[in-house]
Amino acid sequence: MNQEAAPHTFIAESRELLRDMEAALLTLERSPADGEAINAVFRAMHTIKGSSGVFGFDTMVEFTHAMESVAEEIRVGRLAVDEPLVALLLACGDHVAGLIDCLDTDDRMARLEAARPAGAELLRQLAGCMQPRRRATPASGLPPPGAGHGVAGASWHVSARFAPDVLRHGMDPLSLLRYLATIGQVEAVAARWDAMPDAAEMDPEACHLGFELQLSGVAGRQQIEAAFEFVRDAGSIVVLEPHAALDEYAALLQLRAEPGLGDALLQCCALTPDELEQALELTAAGRAGPPAGGAAMASGAVAPASGASASDAQAVGRAAAEARSVRVHAGKLDDLINLVGELVIASAGISLGAQRTLDGELREATAGMNRLVEEVRDAALSLRMVPIRDTFSRFSRVVHDLGRDLGKEVELVISGAETELDKSMVERLSDPLMHLVRNALDHGIESPEQRQLRGKPPRGRLQLHACHETGSIVVEVADDGGGLDRERILQRALERGLVQPGQSLSEREICQLIMEPGFSTAQEVTSVSGRGIGMDVVRRNVEGLRGSIAIDSVPGEGTAIALRVPLTLAIIDGFLVGVGRSTYVIPLKMVVECLELSPEDRARVRESGYVNLRGEVLPLLRLRELFDLAGSPGRRENVVVVDYGGRRAGFVVDALQGEFQTVVKPLGRLFDRLEGVSGSTILGNGEVALILDVPALVQQVLQAGTVRPAPEPGHMAQPAMPAGAGGALAAEQQGDSFVR
Amino acid sequence: MAIITSRDGNAPVRITVQGGMTIYEAAEFKAHLLAALDTGAALELDLGEVDEADSAGVQLMLLARREAARTGVALHVARLAPAVDEALDRWGLRAAFAAAPLH
Repeated sequence: MNQEAAPHTFIAESRELLRDMEAALLTLERSPADGEAINAVFRAMHTIKGSSGVFGFDTMVEFTHAMESVAEEIRVGRLAVDEPLVALLLACGDHVAGLIDCLDTDDRMARLEAARPAGAELLRQLAGCMQPRRRATPASGLPPPGAGHGVAGASWHVSARFAPDVLRHGMDPLSLLRYLATIGQVEAVAARWDAMPDAAEMDPEACHLGFELQLSGVAGRQQIEAAFEFVRDAGSIVVLEPHAALDEYAALLQLRAEPGLGDALLQCCALTPDELEQALELTAAGRAGPPAGGAAMASGAVAPASGASASDAQAVGRAAAEARSVRVHAGKLDDLINLVGELVIASAGISLGAQRTLDGELREATAGMNRLVEEVRDAALSLRMVPIRDTFSRFSRVVHDLGRDLGKEVELVISGAETELDKSMVERLSDPLMHLVRNALDHGIESPEQRQLRGKPPRGRLQLHACHETGSIVVEVADDGGGLDRERILQRALERGLVQPGQSLSEREICQLIMEPGFSTAQEVTSVSGRGIGMDVVRRNVEGLRGSIAIDSVPGEGTAIALRVPLTLAIIDGFLVGVGRSTYVIPLKMVVECLELSPEDRARVRESGYVNLRGEVLPLLRLRELFDLAGSPGRRENVVVVDYGGRRAGFVVDALQGEFQTVVKPLGRLFDRLEGVSGSTILGNGEVALILDVPALVQQVLQAGTVRPAPEPGHMAQPAMPAGAGGALAAEQQGDSFVR
Repeated sequence: MAIITSRDGNAPVRITVQGGMTIYEAAEFKAHLLAALDTGAALELDLGEVDEADSAGVQLMLLARREAARTGVALHVARLAPAVDEALDRWGLRAAFAAAPLH
């Protein structure tokens, strides 16, 4: 085992391959004859095995080799795909993923050792699959005559077809033929060139040749197969043992589908004329019904009549796609964005200076520069945009496994996977989404029996959808389950004192209640959910991303939860306000309106901490006092009304300075716990402006003031409010302003 | 490395390959072969001075034979260097291209 650091590329690529393999296995479960999927499984294991071998990770090589052999058996139709096999291969894939994770740690050796027993068990099960060679059954119901009898030929038979590109890649089948002659005795060779196109189209540098070969004096199958290591994944190699059963030759004939193959087999003495006739009969019988396993499964192999195979086209397409993209270290991207941010600020400063001069040319030049800088900024930010596809596809596995665990049938429908968002957002969204999906499966979608009782199809439907809205991305998790039980929610809320009896709440508000901390209407706590910590955390995560959650539910029909988050956290559309000598930024999305605080209102506000806004009670927060700024307010004060999640508050500031788009700079760990501030930015004049954490501030105002958004007018003295912190209500009634 | 096509009056077209008959010469070799076959005259391959042959070369010999048969043109191999002989042998094609010099 190599002690050097495992290269990150190997780990990253292996993980990608494992994801591909998982998706392919899930596809195979639904359509066992999907040649593309089988090839994907084989390719993944073959590639990881090869790379592991290069780095000397023997454990990995051993394990992936076993999986590769099973995949090969499936590919040539000697092993049938069924649910237990897929489940086993999924488990093996997880094991390989675990091994890869081990490589990424410091105590790699110890961890790999620890993983051995589990690996040994899986290997045992894999070997068990290979033992009794379960063949894909031929379509005809009758047992084929003479199928079990071994042929007379006492040599190994190798049938090889190659990908067109092997010659260009420096792998000449001639070398294989020479090599085989060194490990055994080549009794006969029959060259096959059915695949060679017409003279005009024939590519002289591509390989159109294959062979049928009889080999004796070899120790075993391993030896022969090892020779074809490097050409296996794009070509098709079939190895039949001495005295192989006739139906294996029949399967080979069916697989290759070459008219001249029978003669070739005669020519190299693989079969006697009688045996050939019988084998052909078997294939005819097999063709009578729907395609049996053999030919269909190996469809990814080199097709005899055409020059290129489907897997080649796919390989080419994949290579082209890879050529169009470049792997970049995430840190480098962050550095670039940071620099671009500085560039934006610096150019804003220059603009400001230019504006002050009367030099027309200079002003024009800086305007042009600003435009370019903005384009650079947008381009840099777009580098971090990735489609949400990878996150969504991870859920295929989750839904599959969870559905099985819970005994529910669920179909996962994904749409809008190509929607792009900032890489950092993707990572932070995946946990909340996971929780929502698990909830939908656990509580939302009913069991097949319950669904049938309700007249629904037994298979539930879970939809993951993503799309853009101006400046934001919307990710929706929708199920066609039972919907939210409003009665139960209200009842629980009453029990927990979240609402008062007699209080009337809109449907939406009732739904939003499920996100209160500790809230759960689950009758039982399952291992999946029910403890009531989930939705609250989801909301906090989403709010931490400057996003919001909307819940929609129709009893009996289903629930849809929509997460709305900005496309990127790096840039903010802000509204500048001045308090004293400081400037603050309020996220523009949350600003509803601005008003001047009249002298009469100012007096009233001093007493009560509220203002009457067109009959609505608006709690106020004086930023000057919040941030403990020196000095006293000037003659004019303004109020910026913000709305967060349907709740409103007003921030009292001195000056309103207008809209401003800027790059957010994190404050650094020292200021992590600073409440009320979520970041900072640098203004054109070089000053630092703090960005207000509106959700937190609104929360603070409302809890202390316990105000409800839309009360009746004239009830300022006696607000009928949901109780927040108990003491606040009492203080309330004493006319205390919360602002002290 | 050279591939020369020559013709003596009404004699068969003769293609002589000197040096390599591999993937590197494949495109050129194919061009010569098809051009020669197009004339409709009998074709003779002189492969006595080939020092290296690979599957691409063998493939083109098969192509020539197939096309010749299709268009009813006679194809002979005049000489076979050891390199070509070995390659054909590996592929089991030696019998198919037994060298038989034309008078």
